[in-house]
Amino acid sequence: MKNPLKVLSAFAATAAMALSLSACGGGSSQASSDTITYWASDQGNSLDDTAAKLKPSLDRFTEKTGVKVQLEVISWTDLYNRILTAVTSGDGPDVLNIGNTWAVTLQETGAFEPVEGELLEAVGGKDRFLKTSWSTGGAEGKTPTSVPLYGLAYNMYYNTKMFKEAGIEKAPTTWDEFVADAKKLTKDTNGDGKPDQWGFTAAGASVSANSHQAFVRGLQNGGTLFDAEGKPTFDSDPQVEGVKQFVDLMATHKVMSPSDAELSQGSQKVDNVINGKAAMMFDQSPLKNFAARDFKDWGVAPIPMMTAGATGDAGTQSHVAGINLSVFKNSDNKANAIKLAAFLTSDEEQVALNKAYSSLPVVTTASSDAAFQTEEVKAKNDALANHSLPMPLIAKEGQMETLTGTAIKNLFAKAATGTVSEDDIRAALKDANNQMAAAQ
Amino acid sequence: MSHSALDSGPAAAGSTAALDPEPGQPKAATAPPVRKRRRSFLPYGLILPAAILELLIHIGPMLLGIWIAFISLTQLNLTNWLNAPFVGLQNFVNGLNPESTIGQAFFSTVGRTLGYTVLVVGFSWVLGMAGAVFLSSNFKGRAVLRTFFLVPYALPAYVGTIAWAFMFNQRDGAVNQILVDTFHLFGDERPFWLLGENSFGAMIVVNVWQLWPFAFLMLMAALQNVPTDVYEAAAIDGASLWQQFRTITLPMVRPANGVLLMVMSLWTFNQFNIPFVLFGASSPKEATLISPLIYQNSFGSWNFGLGGAMSVLLLIALFIASVFYIRMVLPKGADND
Repeated sequence: MKNPLKVLSAFAATAAMALSLSACGGGSSQASSDTITYWASDQGNSLDDTAAKLKPSLDRFTEKTGVKVQLEVISWTDLYNRILTAVTSGDGPDVLNIGNTWAVTLQETGAFEPVEGELLEAVGGKDRFLKTSWSTGGAEGKTPTSVPLYGLAYNMYYNTKMFKEAGIEKAPTTWDEFVADAKKLTKDTNGDGKPDQWGFTAAGASVSANSHQAFVRGLQNGGTLFDAEGKPTFDSDPQVEGVKQFVDLMATHKVMSPSDAELSQGSQKVDNVINGKAAMMFDQSPLKNFAARDFKDWGVAPIPMMTAGATGDAGTQSHVAGINLSVFKNSDNKANAIKLAAFLTSDEEQVALNKAYSSLPVVTTASSDAAFQTEEVKAKNDALANHSLPMPLIAKEGQMETLTGTAIKNLFAKAATGTVSEDDIRAALKDANNQMAAAQ
Repeated sequence: MSHSALDSGPAAAGSTAALDPEPGQPKAATAPPVRKRRRSFLPYGLILPAAILELLIHIGPMLLGIWIAFISLTQLNLTNWLNAPFVGLQNFVNGLNPESTIGQAFFSTVGRTLGYTVLVVGFSWVLGMAGAVFLSSNFKGRAVLRTFFLVPYALPAYVGTIAWAFMFNQRDGAVNQILVDTFHLFGDERPFWLLGENSFGAMIVVNVWQLWPFAFLMLMAALQNVPTDVYEAAAIDGASLWQQFRTITLPMVRPANGVLLMVMSLWTFNQFNIPFVLFGASSPKEATLISPLIYQNSFGSWNFGLGGAMSVLLLIALFIASVFYIRMVLPKGADND
């Protein structure tokens, strides 16, 4: 060797690099044992708002247990993919929120701690929880891998001032009345010959919100997304009819602004109602947005059905909406993670958090708190208890949401830039159906 | 590109390799003998870190991706993917079946991506070349313009694209405010730029905006090597500016051009960031490129095997194209360097 020093330094450089590399890889799991990580879904007006409203609860938790919580609030557009990545890599948070409709899909990955034994005991057993909400924790007959945290349901919210101006005295109850009222509410206010006030608004580019409507409108028309054998039936006649009713609000009845086809966040449609750009919307919990903007001219009514007083499947107004909480199986810190799960589902925190996020408590004792006796909460409770069904509790629920929601998103885009025929709707749902079948 | 007699002159002068009848071999024979047979370990030691990192960061995941293409990887076995069932070529059959929804989407997307690549690289190259030629002559304010042109390249890709997404927004975006509100185009209808057919054009605009400074930078560097006396001689012979450009500038920057076009084409063909930021997880049908399609198949429907199969096909196609291109088009001067 000509120059041993040079060789040595080359080795040293290699070794140093390798060392620093391995240090990087292990970074996230090196957190000290009195700190756990928590991924929270965005329940407030914004990521910051969600964090601010969660902070008092987490502070109380730290005070009580000495365990610090490293909080990350994740937007709904990113949450599913973030969870997926965490599941794949096995490197995730200790505790996390999931949309309850994903519970079965995520249960199948085996990445979450089953709710039994120590965890079940810590949250006080399943009888503390609302039955409908608890049923979303996992597939029927299997040990659930998530516990309910916040309860939600769809209702129709409307701008009362705009109703008064249009001479509408009471909220529509049937779909036909709803469309008729929406037409009355759609008008040109600045005289340029084009409507600038709309009867209805929705986030047309929100995949999950679209899939909820595919589910509800299908049921109202006598359809289902899957047949008894579990085969997808997205393009069955009643499903096509249901999706058509929803897309027609923009495509045929023109009571929904074409601009809505670009909205991907639910809060954007709430803004439309607050600003008087649109009169009605279907939403789960806009009250926090109303409060933040000091908006008082709102009313709430059930989601319209095909016939007044419909019951059973045809009387579905919402899916059993809500947020569940899961403990990551790979957590280095399971004991403390379970403590947090127990704390967040305790009576006091259920009252505090659901009040802050204008959602429904999922434990029965908290429901009786004075904060949950308003007309709005009662409407939501009625929808949840009497007019909601869980989204299909199947392993491929996630794909179903993505495929049907994206199909409707593309149909809205088509309606905004041209026309949509029934054949277009059928073709789009057929494509989604084929992809669903191929994935099964 | 044309090949007149003038073409080969300056190009050959610029590269000794072209004069060498058989580059490489005779060189080795006539060159003075290597100092000593015994080689130092040093060069290997110096390459080692890069080789290890390359293995870790590129080759490893690539092999893993190829493996995934042959297994049925879904959420059921995601956490235990080593035990996912081997399905042979099934994923390829599903992805390539022109009768199926997935196969149709794959083939139309490949075609669209090719067109997209040609358009983006073409526009970027023309703009970059024009900018480079324009700025190769000395004038006041040249440095300012050079910096200014490089801004899109210096901005983080996501920041630039998010800004474009805001500008293209149908209701409140700057593009419609200028085109519709100020200039009253489109009969005062606000067009959608991120939905339907327009989305393809919008994506091209953003990509060209982001890519052309790179072409500009590379071509500007290449132009620095063109001696000015060649232009002077051409001017005395009465060559017009266009003739000078065609017969001097273009051939002189040909080696740089070869690399530039290949690199830009590969980047554009694999483009993911721009559609993802502009359109979200699912692009409009009219603007779906191959990388977002693979993403949608992998993460949208959790069908990682299919996504893997499509990636492998993409890898093979790009590999063949690159090898072909490198052998046919790039200057063969590597042996002399």
